[in-house]
Amino acid sequence: MNFDFSSEHRMIQEQVQRFLSDQSPLSVHRAVMEGEQLQASSVWKGMAEMGLQGTAIPEAYGGVGAGYLPLCLVAQELGAALAPVPFSSSVYLASEAIGLYGSDAQKENWLPKLANGELIGTFAVAENLAEITESHVSTAVKDGALNGTKLVVPHGLVADIAVVLASSADGLCLVVAPLDGVARKPVDVIDPTLAAATLDFENTPVEMLGAQGKGWSQFETVLHRAAVLFAFEQIGGASRALDMAVDYAKDRFAFGRPIGSFQALKHMMADMYVALKLAESNAYYAAWALENNAPDLHLAAATARVSATQASQLCARDNIQVHGGMGFTWAYDCHLFYRRANYLSVALGGLNRWEDRLIEALPGAAA
Amino acid sequence: MDFTDTQDEAAFRQTAKQWIEANAPVHLAEPLTQSGFGSTRTGDLDPIAEAKRWQKTKADAGWACIQWPEAYGGRGASPIEQVIWNQEEGIYSKLTGTFIIGQGMCAPTLMAYASEDQKRHYLPKLASGEEIWCQLFSEPQGGSDLAGLRTRAEKDGDQWVINGQKIWTSGAHYSDYGILITRTDPEVAKHRGLTMFFLDMRSEGVEIRPIKQANGDSGFNEVFFTDVRIPDSQRLGGIGEGWKVALTTLMNERLAIGGGISTGFPEIKALVDTLPLASGQAIDDPAVRSKLADWYAKSAGLKNTGARAMSALSKGEIPGPENSIGKLVAGGMMQDIAKFALDLQGLGGLVTDPEIARSQAQLQAMLMRSPAVRIEGGTDQILRNIIAERVLGLPEDMRADKGLAFNQIPTSESK
Repeated sequence: MNFDFSSEHRMIQEQVQRFLSDQSPLSVHRAVMEGEQLQASSVWKGMAEMGLQGTAIPEAYGGVGAGYLPLCLVAQELGAALAPVPFSSSVYLASEAIGLYGSDAQKENWLPKLANGELIGTFAVAENLAEITESHVSTAVKDGALNGTKLVVPHGLVADIAVVLASSADGLCLVVAPLDGVARKPVDVIDPTLAAATLDFENTPVEMLGAQGKGWSQFETVLHRAAVLFAFEQIGGASRALDMAVDYAKDRFAFGRPIGSFQALKHMMADMYVALKLAESNAYYAAWALENNAPDLHLAAATARVSATQASQLCARDNIQVHGGMGFTWAYDCHLFYRRANYLSVALGGLNRWEDRLIEALPGAAA
Repeated sequence: MDFTDTQDEAAFRQTAKQWIEANAPVHLAEPLTQSGFGSTRTGDLDPIAEAKRWQKTKADAGWACIQWPEAYGGRGASPIEQVIWNQEEGIYSKLTGTFIIGQGMCAPTLMAYASEDQKRHYLPKLASGEEIWCQLFSEPQGGSDLAGLRTRAEKDGDQWVINGQKIWTSGAHYSDYGILITRTDPEVAKHRGLTMFFLDMRSEGVEIRPIKQANGDSGFNEVFFTDVRIPDSQRLGGIGEGWKVALTTLMNERLAIGGGISTGFPEIKALVDTLPLASGQAIDDPAVRSKLADWYAKSAGLKNTGARAMSALSKGEIPGPENSIGKLVAGGMMQDIAKFALDLQGLGGLVTDPEIARSQAQLQAMLMRSPAVRIEGGTDQILRNIIAERVLGLPEDMRADKGLAFNQIPTSESK
């Protein structure tokens, strides 16, 4: 038994951390947030040079084949840096779906280019202002052509291909849609660094991923696996938000003393720490379950997801509270973490859906 | 990262499992399963006698306090082997509650500060459960502010004379020995005038009175000291260094209490799996599912955090104050769970008769005992201070007693 990451994996994490603090400081995030560019292309390219997009993609398909444990730590660093790159959409979702359900030919066609960052993938699910459900997918595929609208597609403005949840005559399915020629409109969202788009598919030629009619269970599997990686992004961001709060509380004086000496604030930050610690430990276990395809992967993933969402939201929210009025200014960075935390919380479906999935996955739960 | 056993660990697990299967008191399995929170059920048999019997059986075969050195009654096992043993001991580990304070807190203090002869004399009987130890720390004027304690120790030749009162001493009424923190110098700052001893609980001048708790049980005591004499050879650490010694005990207290702590999750899960509500089965109710998921995630988080602490231990790292989260999370959670169960059941949730209530009224017992979990061994508030100051490095609170000699500190009498 060993419940920690190996020193080799920690070394990869340190390299990524150094690269991001150098190449993706929050000023780069702000440039994207304020519309100067859609994403930090130079960061994306630098990550590709390090092989990060292909971390868990098998060598046979152009990846590094290093598995999910290092990828989890890469995710943690991306979350801490708020790097404005389409990594989560392309790597945890699009690449993962194609790797799981693509034919050999599809994997040979798509994965090497996703692995080296030449192509950006995304995952197109939502269609309106409610959460998607199994019986309400109106984007439809017929005779290899896709029609319909996906409302909030993260990184939809920069993606080259999308894995799309669609209905068909045989039930739901996942399809790969190349996006050249697809009409895309920017959509304003809480986290402006998402390059979010509305995608209008009009007789778009698509490829089916795996068996038709299995779309919903494929979708659920992809979500559970991605949930582990998103959890690491969440704890990365939560941890940095907590650090910001602690640093500020040590420096800022009021009533003649550092505000961090007041118990009301200390206890708030202690609670942030507790939530983060629980989330980290659950994420560690889920990382192991993902890497080993453990029988309890779905339970571990849902558990990690619930804890990480709680920690991420709490730390981002109370970081603002510790900063007081300054925390509510555009100039301070607190809102960047708050915005990202709220995106990450709903990226794979909101907390209530994951609570439900957790109970569903518990042994002995009534059907 | 590997959550499965190595070959050596699997072999150790197998050995432990076989020994437990051959030797465990199987007749107690059923009542132990029904133990309410804060009590150990052993049917018609005396729980202390049964606990001692199981502990002695383990000790005779080398399975007591397995992480301790063999010379002190242990097995020299690794932290991971300790985890495996705990998992395999399972339900029978409920019998070890009687010894937790002695083995988990007094013993590490003895190991750090007692003489070699004393360790060889006292530790093996502490490991085997033949002798039970208690911890005499809290006082009416020194709980969260432990260093405000007033029990006096005055030197008289090669003896010390003790006068004062302790409170909240778990198990004092069945303990053979205790470790005792006293004030030896009231004229210096409060943390600097303390000294630690151990004593025979049957010494002349020791009087033990049980406290009737809010839940009706009596697990704790008041202990009064009137001219009790302790030889100087039973001093642990230097004169005036009692605070440093106490920190050793307290750090282990949080490990011992926070380690395999109950959270109430299995009990609430068992209830909602079968409980009908107006809206249908409780387990299908979205509000119930949401709460349950939160509690499962917290209890899994504690379990996995414990596993990480054990990994750190096995690499030779010392578990730090971050382990304070265990009791902080579990205490509040237990109280929330018990209250939620009560709400779901309505009036039926009030029933404490184990013959009538579900699962022998375990959740009701939890409702009434959990307030104490949030106080004993460091209140929720003190634990948050520890996390804030010692983990996050936030500045300490402004203190009105800073730099004052102990006898100059304002009290409710002097105000």
